[in-house]
Amino acid sequence: MRHDDPRTPAPGPAPGTADGAPLLDVRGLRVEFRTRDGVARAVNGVDLRVAAGETLAVLGESGSGKSVTAQAVMGILDTPPGHITGGEVRFRGRDLLTLPEEQRRRLRGAEMAMIFQDALSALNPVLTVGDQLAEMFLVHRGTSRREARARAVELMDRVRIPAAAQRARDYPHQFSGGMRQRVMIAMALALEPALIIADEPTTALDVTVQAQVMDLLAELRREYAMGLVLITHDLGVVADVADRIAVMYAGRIVEEAPVHDLYKAPAHPYTRGLLDSIPRLDRKGTELDAIRGLPPSLTDIPPGCAFHPRCPRARDECLTDVPPLYAAGEDRGSACHFWRECLHDAG
Amino acid sequence: MPERPEEPEPHGPYEPYGPFGPYEYEADGTLAGTGPGAVAPTGTGGTMDLAAGEAATLRRPPSPEPGPGPEPGPKEPAKARHRRGKPRSLWSDAWHDLRRNPVFLASALVILFLLVISVSPSLIASGDPLSCDLAHAQEGSTPGHPFGFDGQGCDVYTRTVYGTRVSIAVGVLATAGVALLGSVLGGLAGYFGGTGDAVLSRLTDVFFAIPVVLGGLVLLSVVTSDTIWPVVGFMVLLGWPQVSRIARGSVLTVGRQDYIQAARALGASHTRLLLRHIAPNAVAPVIVVATIALGTYIALEATLSYVGVGLRPPTVSWGIDISAASPYIRQAPHMLLWPAGALALTVLAFIMLGDAVRDALDPKLR
Repeated sequence: MRHDDPRTPAPGPAPGTADGAPLLDVRGLRVEFRTRDGVARAVNGVDLRVAAGETLAVLGESGSGKSVTAQAVMGILDTPPGHITGGEVRFRGRDLLTLPEEQRRRLRGAEMAMIFQDALSALNPVLTVGDQLAEMFLVHRGTSRREARARAVELMDRVRIPAAAQRARDYPHQFSGGMRQRVMIAMALALEPALIIADEPTTALDVTVQAQVMDLLAELRREYAMGLVLITHDLGVVADVADRIAVMYAGRIVEEAPVHDLYKAPAHPYTRGLLDSIPRLDRKGTELDAIRGLPPSLTDIPPGCAFHPRCPRARDECLTDVPPLYAAGEDRGSACHFWRECLHDAG
Repeated sequence: MPERPEEPEPHGPYEPYGPFGPYEYEADGTLAGTGPGAVAPTGTGGTMDLAAGEAATLRRPPSPEPGPGPEPGPKEPAKARHRRGKPRSLWSDAWHDLRRNPVFLASALVILFLLVISVSPSLIASGDPLSCDLAHAQEGSTPGHPFGFDGQGCDVYTRTVYGTRVSIAVGVLATAGVALLGSVLGGLAGYFGGTGDAVLSRLTDVFFAIPVVLGGLVLLSVVTSDTIWPVVGFMVLLGWPQVSRIARGSVLTVGRQDYIQAARALGASHTRLLLRHIAPNAVAPVIVVATIALGTYIALEATLSYVGVGLRPPTVSWGIDISAASPYIRQAPHMLLWPAGALALTVLAFIMLGDAVRDALDPKLR
C-alpha cells in the first residue's frame, strides 16, 4: 500500500529569520569512520540551520552522530579515521569544508567556538586557568600579555566566578565541576563568537549545578546575541533553553520542530519514544515506556528507515524506503512515512 | 502487516562509541615495544631496559586530580587554597615530593658533588693526572697518595677525580643529544602521524637491532679523534630511538586528551598545540628515561673505552683506567677498584635519581 499524500521532501524548516542566509547552514553532511571492523557511518546526510541569535538543540542517544556532527562543523574531526564524505557546511555563507585549514583555524575560537562536556579533561592540567583564558587573546588578537591577563579576569567575572583575580592563578583541578564549566564557557565566549556549539555542557555536572550553568549559558547567549547549538541527550535540559529541537537517530535528523510543538505532539515515533521514556511523577508506579531494542551499530545500519526494527509503527515500506524529511506542518519536519498518524495520535 | 524482526536486535550488539566515534588507535602497538624484550638487543644493559619499563608506566600523563573522592563543593577549593598557601602545579607538586624523598636527596647530593669536581677537580686533587713516575708503578696506598699508583706510576686518586669530568661530560652531552633528537622526532611523528610516523617507527626498529658494543667497535674503530665527540655522537646515534619511541607514545596519549581537542576547537595552531599544550604534558616520561639513561651512558663510555674504541689516552677516563688495570687485578686490585667504584657510584646515583623523579611524576605508582 502506498502512502497517498504528496511526498515532497521538505526544504527543511525555515531558518527562523527571514533576512538572508542563516548563520550556520549544514546540508547533507556525511561522515564516516574507516576502521578495521568496517566503515562506521556516523553521520548520514544531516541538514541543520541555525539563525543568528537562535538556540538549536540537537537531541539524540549516544552514538547517534550528534558529537561527530559538531566536530565536523568545527573542523576538529580526527582524520583519519574520520572522513567527511559529502555535504557542505556554510558559515555566514562560506563553505567551511573547502576553506584552507589555516583560514579555518582562524575562524575557530574567534567566530565559532565550542564548549566541551567535561571541563576537567577539556582544560589543560599544567596551565593555570588565567593563562588558558589569556591565550585566547594572545592567539587571536595578538594583545599584550598584561592586557590578555586583565581580559581573562574580566571574563571570569563575567561568568560569575567569585574572586576572579585570585582564582585566575589556580589550576583546573582546583575548581569545582560547576566552576570549571564556567571557565570553559568563558573560554568559548572570550572573543564573542557568532556561533557556539555546546557538546553536552551539563552532562558531567550534578543536577543543581546543571541548572545554574544552563541559565548562565542562556543568559550570555542572549546578551551576546549568539547562535547556539546545544548538543544533549537530556530532554529536560533543552525544554527551557532551546528555540528549536533536531532529533538525531543513527546519523540522521529524524525530526525537527520548534520546541513546544515537539513536546506537545511529536511527529516521529522515535521522538515519541524518547518523551515516553522520561520518568514522570504523575505516573508513579506504572512501568516506564522505554524504547525497546538498542540503537543500531553504525557499521551496520538497517536498510530503509534506520529506526524500523524498534518502531511500533513499522510497515513494509519502512524496511526498504528511506524516509526523507517531510514537511510536517509549518516550520517542522519529520523523517517518518507516517508522520500524519504520529501527529494525529499525539493530538 | 510487514514482518518485524524479533528482538533481540538483528544488528549486533550496540557498542557504546565515545564522542569520537568507533575507531581504534594503534597506541598499544606503539608502546608495546617499550617492554624489556624489545630493548634488550641493543645490549646497552639492564638499566636501559629498566628505564624503558619505567617510562611505560608513565604512558598516561600524571593526573593532577587529587585522588578519587567526592567532588569538592564550590567553596572547597578556595578553602583548600588558603590552607596550602598557594596553588600548586604538577611540577611544583613533584618538587614538593622530591624534597622529602631521602633517595632523591642522597643521589642529588652525590651528583652535585660529582658535578662540582668535574668542573674543578683541583678543588680536591692537587696533583696532575698526567704526571707519572714509573718508579712507583703498582704501589699501594701511601701517605699523600691514598689510592696508590697505577701501572704507569700515576696517582690513582688524582686520575679517578679527573676522570669524573670526562664521564659526566659524555653522559650529560649524550643524554642531552638523545633527549633532544629523540623527543623532537618522536613528538612530531606522534603528533602528525601518517607516512612520516611509519617511516620513523621502522627506522627506530632498525636502530634497535644494532648491538651497541658491536656497533661501537665497527663505527668508532675508524675514528681517529682524541676528543669525546665521536663517542657522544655514537651514543646519540644509537640512543635516540629509545627516547623517540617513548616520546611518540607519550605524545599520542596526550594528543588524544580532550584538552588538546578543546584547544584545537578554540583555534590553536599546530605549533602552539605542540609547544604549549602537548609538550608540558608529555615530557615526564622522557625526563625519567633521560635521567636513568644518563647513568647508562656513563657506563657505556667506560665499556667502549675498556674495549679500546672509546676515549683514548691521554684523555683521563675511568674506562681507560679500568681497562689498563684489569690485567693486574691479582697483584694490584686497588688500581681497578677505585675507578670502578667511582663509576658504579655515579651510575647508581643517576639511576636512583631517575627512580625518584619517576615516583614524583607518577603519583599513581604509590
